[in-house]
Amino acid sequence: MSLKSKDLIGMKELDADDIELILDTAAGFKDVLGRDIKKVPALRGKTAVNLFYEPSTRTRTSFELAAKRLSTDVINFSVTTSSVVKGETLRDTALTIQALGADFIVIRHSYSGAPHFLASKLSASVVNAGDGTNEHPTQALLDLFTIREKKHRIEGLEVAIVGDILHSRVAKSNIYALGKLGARVRLIGPPTLVPSYFRDAGVDIFTDMNEGLKDADIIMMLRIQMERQGKGFFPTREEYFGNWGLTSERLSKAKKNVVVMHPGPMNRGVEISSDVADGRRSVILEQVTNGLAVRMAVLYLLAGVRE
Amino acid sequence: MMILIRNGRVIDPSQGIDEVRDVLIEDGKIKVLVKQRSAKARNKTEMNRLTDAAGCEVVDATGKLVLPGLVDMHVHLREPGYEYKETIRTGTMAAVRGGVTSVCCMPNTNPVNDNASVTQFILKKASQEGACNVYPIGAITKSQKGEELAEFTMMSEAGCIAFSDDGRPVMDSLMMRRALEYSRILGVPVISHCEDSALSAAGVMNEGFLSVTMGLKGIPAQSEEIMVSRDVALAELTGGRLHIAHVSTAGSVEVIRLAKKRGIASITAETCPHYFSITERAVEGYNTNAKVNPPLRTDRDVEAVREGLCDGTIDAIATDHAPHHSDEKLMEFDLAPFGISGLETSIGLSMKLVKDGLLTLDELVRKTALAPAMIMGIGKGTLKPGADADLVVLETGGEYRVDAASFDSKGKNTPFDGWVLGTRPVVTISQGKMHRWA
Repeated sequence: MSLKSKDLIGMKELDADDIELILDTAAGFKDVLGRDIKKVPALRGKTAVNLFYEPSTRTRTSFELAAKRLSTDVINFSVTTSSVVKGETLRDTALTIQALGADFIVIRHSYSGAPHFLASKLSASVVNAGDGTNEHPTQALLDLFTIREKKHRIEGLEVAIVGDILHSRVAKSNIYALGKLGARVRLIGPPTLVPSYFRDAGVDIFTDMNEGLKDADIIMMLRIQMERQGKGFFPTREEYFGNWGLTSERLSKAKKNVVVMHPGPMNRGVEISSDVADGRRSVILEQVTNGLAVRMAVLYLLAGVRE
Repeated sequence: MMILIRNGRVIDPSQGIDEVRDVLIEDGKIKVLVKQRSAKARNKTEMNRLTDAAGCEVVDATGKLVLPGLVDMHVHLREPGYEYKETIRTGTMAAVRGGVTSVCCMPNTNPVNDNASVTQFILKKASQEGACNVYPIGAITKSQKGEELAEFTMMSEAGCIAFSDDGRPVMDSLMMRRALEYSRILGVPVISHCEDSALSAAGVMNEGFLSVTMGLKGIPAQSEEIMVSRDVALAELTGGRLHIAHVSTAGSVEVIRLAKKRGIASITAETCPHYFSITERAVEGYNTNAKVNPPLRTDRDVEAVREGLCDGTIDAIATDHAPHHSDEKLMEFDLAPFGISGLETSIGLSMKLVKDGLLTLDELVRKTALAPAMIMGIGKGTLKPGADADLVVLETGGEYRVDAASFDSKGKNTPFDGWVLGTRPVVTISQGKMHRWA
């Protein structure tokens, strides 16, 4: 089995078989990560370039470590948005990096569609590490991996995604992926941040948190970006937390064995209370560990496609 | 110098003609349209004498259509200031290639055409290098900033035939009111780019399920409809001549239809081939060549625009020809500029409306030539004897592949590249010169 494309662009572009293959492969790599010596020679001699047009610590670090665990050489190429506006085009930058012999270009970009653009221009494998408000496929894959680990299935689960859906590439990727694997998705949040258009994708939309959380198997909290405050999406953080913050009281509306997830970084006291974030139902730190295994699987499988 | 266009089906709504005729052109003017039967009946003496004369070129238009040259009332020629995108020379060459013999050019150049000297520059360039008639449209407000009225009278005297801040909406309702009122001294149209820019909020495509799933900021249909409604109300208040540019939504069509029904006779409207030919799905894959403002909409909107053309709500077809350099479109979707290079696909796409049974050929010529000429008051769109010989010969029934790379326009930015169209111009006569393509 192998993936069908040389690139990982989004969950929209993957089918259920691709997703299962990545998750199964990631399980193997997770075992490797539990060993004393955590490095395998699988992709020795390959080169990965992290091309980050947006600041990122956890995703970039995760990709870097994933590549290193596979014995791939890694270069970090950070570009500030301002220098892009003044200088080289995305296409020229990427062609330059490819000319240096990169096998993987891991791109994070503030504009949606940037990875699609590169994938069509480059022979290297392009991995989307988050593009604008479009997708963040490896985050969705690690979320699926975590859910599968905890629940041993995905089909039939009730998954509630809470918060700023409109701007969240994590939410979008999860909506597509969960749908493909047969989970039921509900979106909860202020109407200004939850596009009603998602009803067309067969998801339920709630503005009332207690109602939306009822009997949920999984709760995915999203980060509220502080800069949205005062832009008319919601009045204040306090009011936001009052309506949509995840507290232990609200958590009790969900199933007893509910799993609480968050892609990080968290705003404690804005979208999630500390007792929930650090509580027994939270798997937030496990998500980080699983991210490593999933990204190893992605790089490994994409290398297989190009060979 | 004489040109004889023989045996073509001549369609000229201005004279109620739709029949096979010979068109004789002398010194750049239509001399006579000769009926087929009488041409035969005549012992050919006069015709032969004329056509045998040295320098008479004969075009056999048997089986082809002969129409007045198209009048495109919404074109961006980019000169002065953006000559890397298009020049008056290349833009008018593209026009002629597309069967268009008159273009009205929008003022968003650099400097903006907001004063008589820029107008004069454009007209001078056009007279030196233009391949077709060029009619400048002046800005409504100085620098198109929406703050102070530009010098309507002085620009009009210099040759502007209408006013518009196209590309930028006049957001201030009082300013738009003043423009519609003040323009009455000249009796010329004020062309409104209808968009509530606050509601558009830096959107880059139509708002809907697709924009959300592509992660792109949407421009709701209401962003256009609110301003169409406002401007209709202001036209009623002021009695000014309002022309609505590039109608793209079902709601806009409905508002204009109602306004016309209520008898606000001074309102006219145009749409563009892309709004009746394709939907927002053309942007899938982040296709920047389908990024245009107003954005491509939904099936329902396309249907409504077609209906609006059919029932007369929409008077004219214009291209909003907006050429850009390929480097500018070879970008992240958010960063690429809005616009479609439209002059060379306009008639081919518009003729599909005839093929689909929505418009008769007569109606099509009205929408693409006669009506825009009348709205702009430029006396074009006709083959009347004595008129300038602005004329196009169309070949129909074939299969012609759109090849953007071979456009005469510098702008190769079209979502129709590779489309197969059933009509193409084979001869365009403009400014006394004949352009022929095999």
